Amino acid sequence: MKDASVNAATPAAFDVERIRDEFPVLNTTMRGKPLVYLDSAVSAQKPRRVIETLRNFYEKEYANIHRGVYELSERATARYEAARETARRFLNAASTREIVFVRGTTEAINLVAATHGRANLEKGDEILISAMEHHSNIVPWQLLCEERGLALRVAPIDDRGELIVEEFEKCLSPRTRIVALVHVSNALGTINPVRELTRQAHRCGAVVLLDGAQAAPHLPIDVRDLDCDFYAFSSHKVFGPTGVGVLYARESLLEALPPYQSGGEMIESVSFEKSTYRDIPERFEAGTPNIAGTIGLGAALDWMTELGHDAIATHEAELLAHATAALEAIPEVRLIGTARHKAGVLSFVLEGVHPHDAGTILDHEGIAVRVGHHCAQPVMERFGVPATIRASLSVYNTREDVDALVAGIAQVLRVFRG
Amino acid sequence: MSDLRSLYQELILDHGKSPRNFGKLADANRRASGNNPLCGDKLTLYLRVEDDVVRDVRFEGSGCAISTASASMLTQAIKGRTTQAVAALFDRFHALVTGGESTSGADAPELGKLEVFAGVREFPVRVKCATLVWHTLVHALEHDGGEVTTE
Ligand SMILES: Cc1ncc(COP(=O)(O)O)c(C=O)c1O
Repeated sequence: MKDASVNAATPAAFDVERIRDEFPVLNTTMRGKPLVYLDSAVSAQKPRRVIETLRNFYEKEYANIHRGVYELSERATARYEAARETARRFLNAASTREIVFVRGTTEAINLVAATHGRANLEKGDEILISAMEHHSNIVPWQLLCEERGLALRVAPIDDRGELIVEEFEKCLSPRTRIVALVHVSNALGTINPVRELTRQAHRCGAVVLLDGAQAAPHLPIDVRDLDCDFYAFSSHKVFGPTGVGVLYARESLLEALPPYQSGGEMIESVSFEKSTYRDIPERFEAGTPNIAGTIGLGAALDWMTELGHDAIATHEAELLAHATAALEAIPEVRLIGTARHKAGVLSFVLEGVHPHDAGTILDHEGIAVRVGHHCAQPVMERFGVPATIRASLSVYNTREDVDALVAGIAQVLRVFRG
Repeated sequence: MSDLRSLYQELILDHGKSPRNFGKLADANRRASGNNPLCGDKLTLYLRVEDDVVRDVRFEGSGCAISTASASMLTQAIKGRTTQAVAALFDRFHALVTGGESTSGADAPELGKLEVFAGVREFPVRVKCATLVWHTLVHALEHDGGEVTTE
């Protein structure tokens, strides 16, 4: 994350109330109380800009893309391709040829496993992940390992929830072909030093995939600076529609990959003897894509860029500091994940109260948090808890939201501890 | 707050905190495990069944207050009952927590203290917590061994 002091250059334009006004759902009530939405790590709410973009598109510009000779289709195609350029800028990729639209982070990782993994890895090769991965960055590699007789290695984390860099280095070997790491952990909030880790992995000749599902909503991302080979994120976590996401892939690698799904849109010519495929990135976008969703994603990324990553990061860092202090002041709270570099995730357990019970009582207060294993069961195991309560912060959250959470926790403790 | 109090009644909180018949049963002849992966509830139920009667029952595991209290109170409710009566009791309990109709006849055992779980029906996502141990029980009686999961 950039130093908070850079914010001095971008004056106090950040007005959280103005931002909240752009999110219609934040003005609703739940169970008769104002909604306190602290679950943006699962999925972010949508600003009016995105909602209006979808509506406009369906009302005025909808057609399938890359097909019609008529104007409406040309317009839809132009909007879709403009979203590709927006995504390129968002990631600072060198070319739109490196931007593949997929269903989300999960599909992006599966695509890389199914194409790059199958084409390049052979028996005895190794894939390295970390102990804080989301299930979607574990299971596709596990399946590939079973299929190809590969070994899956796991770099350990410490009690704060930080990756142990020296151990990571020891896990690398000349047999390591793929390193797949989460940029920001959804269960712990840890921001991994992915630039440095990528450098080390490259020294061993491995390619690097970064799971940016939780990083994209919070941090500026520069794939050229990170020097990663693949980067994945989901639209719905960056204030865009569901059902779409982005896979960035280094051009030279993407060009060499075999097709993933096949059918219409990805072919150049088809005969019963042999088909030829389109150039990248279309080669990886078989069938009619999520056109409206992709255009909506473009609107969401534009919205974030206008807001400014520094302003987002500064607001969230302040909120995280406030929330961390407030939770640490409650004796029954044990925070899970206390990394020195953290994004806005507060995972915790309450002494004597199962997370599921806490979640029900918080819900009753109109507070939406996630309880469970957060699709990171190995992390739960590492910290010896069956589940945690997780409050996640976003750009539209306020100190009042955090204070409501603290009051909600007091309520939970009153019910359970009398 | 009122439906919350009806969910977390004193009796449920008490059994959640200090479960009865907790631990292994050395001479068990039936057992099964239940798992609710969504919230991490896990329990194992041990039974000694003789002449079609539940002579003894204990459980162990960890879970939320609702699932723990449900397991604890189940052990008290079924001890000494025939497997047929146990099945009828489950039917009534299921109807209680889902707000459905019980199909068991008038001779089915009364729910008694188990009525305290009536508040669960206002919390659809918690129904699985209350019924996990009952599904596990059915599995233990019918198959002995193995695991049931809510998903
Ligand atoms: C770190 C991380 N990776 C991957 C995913 C999967 O994203 P999606 O469900 O959008 O494919 C998530 C979503 O929870 C996540 O938090």
